[in-house]
Amino acid sequence: MAQSVSLRNLSVSFGRQQVLHNVSLTARAAEVTALIGPSGCGKTTLLRSINRMHDLYSGAKVSGQILLGEESVYAKQTDPVELRRRIGMIFQKPNPFPHLSIFENVALGIRLHGTTAKTALADQVEACLRRASLWDEVKDRLHTLGTSLSGGQQQRLCIARALAVNPQVFLMDEPCASLDPISTMHVEELLAELSREYTIIIVTHNMQQAARVSQQAAFVLNGELIEFGTTKELFLHPQDTRTEAYITGRMG
Amino acid sequence: MASSPRRKIYGLLAEIVCGIFSATSAFVLGLILYFIARRGLGAISLTFLTSLPTPVGQAGGGIGNALIGSAIMIGIGALLAVPWGITAAIFLDQHPHSRLASLTRFACRVLSGVPSLIIGLFVFTLLVLPTRTYSALAGGIALGVMMTPLITLSSETMLATVSSNWREASYALGATKQQTVRMLILPTAAGGLTVGVMLAIALAAGQTAPVLLTALTSRFWLENLAQPAASLPVLIYTYGISPFPDWQSQAWGAALVLVTIVLVLNIVSQALVSFGNRKKGM
Repeated sequence: MAQSVSLRNLSVSFGRQQVLHNVSLTARAAEVTALIGPSGCGKTTLLRSINRMHDLYSGAKVSGQILLGEESVYAKQTDPVELRRRIGMIFQKPNPFPHLSIFENVALGIRLHGTTAKTALADQVEACLRRASLWDEVKDRLHTLGTSLSGGQQQRLCIARALAVNPQVFLMDEPCASLDPISTMHVEELLAELSREYTIIIVTHNMQQAARVSQQAAFVLNGELIEFGTTKELFLHPQDTRTEAYITGRMG
Repeated sequence: MASSPRRKIYGLLAEIVCGIFSATSAFVLGLILYFIARRGLGAISLTFLTSLPTPVGQAGGGIGNALIGSAIMIGIGALLAVPWGITAAIFLDQHPHSRLASLTRFACRVLSGVPSLIIGLFVFTLLVLPTRTYSALAGGIALGVMMTPLITLSSETMLATVSSNWREASYALGATKQQTVRMLILPTAAGGLTVGVMLAIALAAGQTAPVLLTALTSRFWLENLAQPAASLPVLIYTYGISPFPDWQSQAWGAALVLVTIVLVLNIVSQALVSFGNRKKGM
């Protein structure tokens, strides 16, 4: 079941440099929340705080609170590995595993969670590929390498792989940045489809994309949350002059 | 902007100089192969490859026991060095900035530069003296000690080629570190790891000093690992410096066999690299 994600006074710093300052917002369950803002403003840092990717490297310090549903993400008893299984992540550059076939890329996600019975596995892989609307394009070549697909197909394969883990939330870090318009359209259609069941937080540089796919939007500038609200409000009646300047293309 | 003729001439000169030097190194290899083949080919036959040496003056005889001795000692060395080296490399890969990692890296670099004679002496003191016998086991261990730092360093380089894009994808799926190493990093780097191991084996195959000091040599079949054992490099050495023309020609034959093995290992690893790159679409 989809869960909301709430940030309360989230601050992140790397060494002496503070990258995020007291950000508070709630991404509602089963909706798309877009994070917009110029490069280097802290959007990606914010996204990676939610599934504790910063834990993988020393040097990042996170303070404040993040709630996944009712659960505190940074609580002592929260296991980051367990947490990441509930939060899928899609990266800017499609990253299917280079040594695995299309089938095995998705199967790996399923195997991480126990099911290894062969017939069940094949069914589940098919289901994930179907939900990522990739099945029809790859059903005849499931056993070729995942990296042999086009960029847009690779990104949908990554979504299928993430679906295999059965998460409640999807974090997407500019998932269409390296895709052509047609592939982008496919991914956006998929996003709309997925947002019925999953909470999605998407970082994007593309204003039109944010306007098209999201219900809520947040504008981040220099590590601060400038404005947060429904996408409609934010784009039609921005409260802050900086938001207005950014979305109308006068800044950024 | 028009390019100056002077710059063009300098560029051309540099090309020629680099070309000559690179051709020279290929030429030297070709020359060595030519000499060894010319003098060694005559000695090679199936009997030569499969039979025991004969006493001086008696015709025939071969290098069968030396081939098997070398294979067994390299096998023991690899059995020791491959798991050891790759496990160490996994640690270096996972904790690249730790103090233990820099210490290990430093030790491996120093060890791979230590003359193999010293490694032979080390194992001689450690194993041959207390057990009072030269043995195939001691020879294998000496080769293993030689190969371990090489495999550790080459494996670390190969593991590092698995980019953080994929590692993060794995962690983001909720894979543990151990699962990421097992399901992603090792299989992705497998080709490269194999290449490193093969090159270490190729190097170990030609080592004389560590084997001479630990396994000595033997003119009989190896019956157990606690016995002295023959090996190709030691055989080439003893036959090569002997005054008997028959032995000298057998030394050339054995040298040809050894060089062929090393050459094949190198060619296969080269092929593995280009095959691996093609497969990954690089």
